Amino acid sequence: MKNVFKAPAWLLMIATFFIPMAIIAIYSLLTRGGYGGIERPFTLENYTRLFDPLYGVIFARSVWIAAVATFLCLLLGFPLALFIARSDRKNFWLALVILPFWTSFLIRLYAWMFLLRDTGLINTLFHTHLPMLYNNGAVILGLVYGYLPFAVLPMYATLERLDNTLLEAAADLGATPLAALYRVTIPLAMPGIRAAAILTFVPCIGTYLTSDLLGGSKTILIGNLVQNQFTTARDWPFGAAASLVLMAVALGLLFLAKRRGEELL
Amino acid sequence: MTAILELRGVSKEFPSHRAVENLSLEIPRGAFFSLLGPSGCGKTTTLRMVAGFESPTSGEILLNGARIDHLPPYKRNVNTVFQNYALFPHLTVRGNVEFGRPKQDIKHVLEQVHLTGKESRRLHELSGGERQRVALARSLVLEPDVLLLDEPLSALDPLLRKEVRAELKELQRRVGVTFLFVTHDQEEALALSDQIAVMNEGVVEQIGTPQEIYQSPKTKFVASFLGAMNWIDGAGIRPECLRITREGLPAVVTDSVFLGSVVHIQAKLESGEQVRAQVAPDQALKPGETVFLSWNRCDEKRF
Repeated sequence: MKNVFKAPAWLLMIATFFIPMAIIAIYSLLTRGGYGGIERPFTLENYTRLFDPLYGVIFARSVWIAAVATFLCLLLGFPLALFIARSDRKNFWLALVILPFWTSFLIRLYAWMFLLRDTGLINTLFHTHLPMLYNNGAVILGLVYGYLPFAVLPMYATLERLDNTLLEAAADLGATPLAALYRVTIPLAMPGIRAAAILTFVPCIGTYLTSDLLGGSKTILIGNLVQNQFTTARDWPFGAAASLVLMAVALGLLFLAKRRGEELL
Repeated sequence: MTAILELRGVSKEFPSHRAVENLSLEIPRGAFFSLLGPSGCGKTTTLRMVAGFESPTSGEILLNGARIDHLPPYKRNVNTVFQNYALFPHLTVRGNVEFGRPKQDIKHVLEQVHLTGKESRRLHELSGGERQRVALARSLVLEPDVLLLDEPLSALDPLLRKEVRAELKELQRRVGVTFLFVTHDQEEALALSDQIAVMNEGVVEQIGTPQEIYQSPKTKFVASFLGAMNWIDGAGIRPECLRITREGLPAVVTDSVFLGSVVHIQAKLESGEQVRAQVAPDQALKPGETVFLSWNRCDEKRF
């Protein structure tokens, strides 16, 4: 009887997760068709091609850009989350954090392009010619901008629950506010910080929109590689292999981070 | 006796109400001093002002003769045992006890609170009584001038409470640290304290030894807050001062509880008022019986 009620969940998982993943896995083992699509025979060549240094550079770049963006999200998001958790107007500030989601990410990236490009608002206002667009910095800026709310919300959730008397106890035992932050607040907020790191790192490492619009041709990331294979290059099997390896890299890094014994999320 | 902690005309006003009003106290070195009163009487606010979590609206707080009311909590040589203990859940017993001064020798203090051998325990592995002793050790190890205790026994179950109460008193005698103890439990205050300040609505009603406060209450509030009190014609008489005699004030017994060494009697006066009396066990009285009550004039408390 119990299993009957689980059936919808299983059907949903099979339809939206297992079948699509199986299709991608099978595609990654086939040969490209002449006009896109797939053909036989089965081969491992799509995976061996990924060991080409050309693609290694793309993977490495994706990892470090995602890592830097995640680090900056945590660095900027933690004080913001702490501020909101201690504010008297929590709902107001949380609404402001969530507000950008009401507009398409694509449109918001165009807004950044308008601000950053050579003849954009900033360069015009200050009469400068700073090359702010189409480089790694612009991609990182876009990622931090886009995923900061995903870092703020889980950290806010743990900080909001933090018992204030623990901070009073820390002060009582001689800890300055800064020492209390390092010795009490941050250790107790670790579950939220870890969740924030995962929620920003995973989408950042697979991003293609941000790097496509703000990064130009020199900063291709794995996401763009996958996208290219399915569109202009018409090499679906190679695109499928690349996306599976991306997933493996992301999962592998998460398991490394998890080693501390606690649960992943 | 010199005062180690002194409050001079301290007041604390919150936006909505006045919590403490013109409070002055002198706490002698080495004393077990209690602030006793019902909830909302300002006793916890007073403790929090001494600790530094609240700043007084006016008045001075002196520790060893030097003003501390402008100092942040981490610069005051007083430590607090919180009502819920406020132990750090991410640290072990050792981590908690060492928090104030890392890498110090905690062996001696753990011995004092009987926690030897439990240094590496996690907090969820400890009983309520052990957690309270961790909270004590964490504060005592810093050798505070005054240890502030905010209802430290209220989180324990009633069976454990009396046992821990005795341990606390014994510990205070042994280490000789001045205790400022906040409680709403009059029995606790009477059993533990060298001196008690009874507070009501932000004001100290009376300061004195447990005997003084119980036997010669200065206000009606103190008289009724500490122990049971019968009010007959505006005079307060303790139940143990009432006697059953051949003549006196007639009353009808409504309830009689035999407790071995003593019998608790409830009786109704002709005026309709209920009174309580304690009589010897050989005076077996049944509900419905008419008795005559008398007492010594000198046992009357009038305000």
